[in-house]
Amino acid sequence: MKRIGSSYHGIPSWVFVIAGVGGLLVVLPLVAMLAKVNWPQFIPLITSESSLAALGLSLRTSAASTVLCIVLGVPLALVLARGEFPGQRLLRAFVLLPLVLPPVVGGIALLYTFGRQGLLGKPLEAAGIQIAFSTTAVVLAQTFVALPFLVVSLEGALRSAGNKYEAVAATLGARPTTVLRRVTLPLVLPGLASGAVLSFARSLGEFGATLTFAGSLEGVTRTLPLEIYLQRETDADAAVALSLVLVAVAVAVVGLSYGNRQRNKPVEVQP
Amino acid sequence: MSITGHRLRLMALLLAGALSTALAGCAADISTPAAPSAGASSPLSGEITVFAAASLKTTFTQLAQDFEAKNPGTKVNLSFAGSSDLVTQISQGAPADVFASADTKNMTKLADAQLVEGTAVNFATNILEIAVPPGNPASISSFADLAKPGVKVVTCASQVPCGAATEAVEKASGTTLSPVSEESSVTDVLGKVTSQEADAGLVYVTDIKGAGSKVKGIPFPESDKAVNTYPIAAVGTSKKKELAAAFIAMVTGDDGRKILADAGFGTP
Repeated sequence: MKRIGSSYHGIPSWVFVIAGVGGLLVVLPLVAMLAKVNWPQFIPLITSESSLAALGLSLRTSAASTVLCIVLGVPLALVLARGEFPGQRLLRAFVLLPLVLPPVVGGIALLYTFGRQGLLGKPLEAAGIQIAFSTTAVVLAQTFVALPFLVVSLEGALRSAGNKYEAVAATLGARPTTVLRRVTLPLVLPGLASGAVLSFARSLGEFGATLTFAGSLEGVTRTLPLEIYLQRETDADAAVALSLVLVAVAVAVVGLSYGNRQRNKPVEVQP
Repeated sequence: MSITGHRLRLMALLLAGALSTALAGCAADISTPAAPSAGASSPLSGEITVFAAASLKTTFTQLAQDFEAKNPGTKVNLSFAGSSDLVTQISQGAPADVFASADTKNMTKLADAQLVEGTAVNFATNILEIAVPPGNPASISSFADLAKPGVKVVTCASQVPCGAATEAVEKASGTTLSPVSEESSVTDVLGKVTSQEADAGLVYVTDIKGAGSKVKGIPFPESDKAVNTYPIAAVGTSKKKELAAAFIAMVTGDDGRKILADAGFGTP
């Protein structure tokens, strides 16, 4: 990293020491877990029937909630970044709330909304639609916690892209929907992509809200984190092996989104 | 200049904060000294830490209070969690003096790790009961009713003790359940019933007693096919062997029996 003759970075050396400790705090537990992996049994452990069912369910539900995040999150980010209306700051605060809320609290809130006795759940139940204990409940829980990631990423991209191009397009006679489709969205596509990837990762790791709200049944609601939590009771090796799978996916996802952002940088600076 | 001033003020604030926290810490330390031991009347003193299964929360909280009242100068710290979690914690060096498990399997696990002092004593039993929401919306009256189509029943997963007990009852009664959810703890099962998401759940008698009017219990004869036994033992690494033994004696003695029986536990 340090090149001779490079410009003065102005960071005192003790800052590097503390930064190193901070880095270790994150890396060391992962190394410790890696050391606990039962390598000869690794493949059988992660390909057992229940593991594969959990992994498949996790991938399917996370994909579904990422789509839902895009469908709902893009308009939200647009409204927050470009719109001007009373209560805008309040809306942003509420949309970001799941970022800091303990997931179990989200689960309880969802339960009282979509549960059998809930605000929307009761009329839905009367109409013959049941959400509790279904895969839909898992997707709802994941979308609830993942939506802010997409909105934050996209809103940031929209703000740094500015609206000059859009204004030009509009003066040339493009209608708002055309501007959105042909100018705005292509401009912020990298931001949207990294937001979607982060939402996917957050959905994949969702645990608390799912456990509280959706239940736990193999192939229906028992996602990978729930399977790990359960396996830990009897088979620590399986729990560690599955944890490693989630870590690997998380590393890949974060790497992907970080790479995206790096490539994105010059584009942001240009206009 | 103004930036430096800001920074200084911020530093001062931070320092003040750190200091007040440190002082508060000291004050807390000073204000809770070990109560003076009453001399000859109470030879026991000091603190012990008891790791107990989550289902023992109410009873052991009561027992610890009684123990402290009877032995001035002692303090019982309690930590409640799933039995297998507690075994993992003790194996990883958590400072426990007494371990009370919700099943013999987890006590055996701890004994296999050479972490049990002497032999464990069985002090209580627990059986399953059907929990339904107050109105009993699915009109459940027997174990077989749980297998009726359309009944949303929630059980424990077979990996945890209450799930193993559920499986044993299913096998013995020839009834196969198809639960809508298999939870990893009995608390989660109860939660699904109290929130009325489920029509019925299989939990322990003691859970239903503890939940009060939020659920209704329906006993069923097949429950005696799966009786859970609770063992208690001193932890091998404990430095407070005497105090640990005294606490165990209280749990297994008449006082403990009474408190446990009131909460719905059976005698082994």
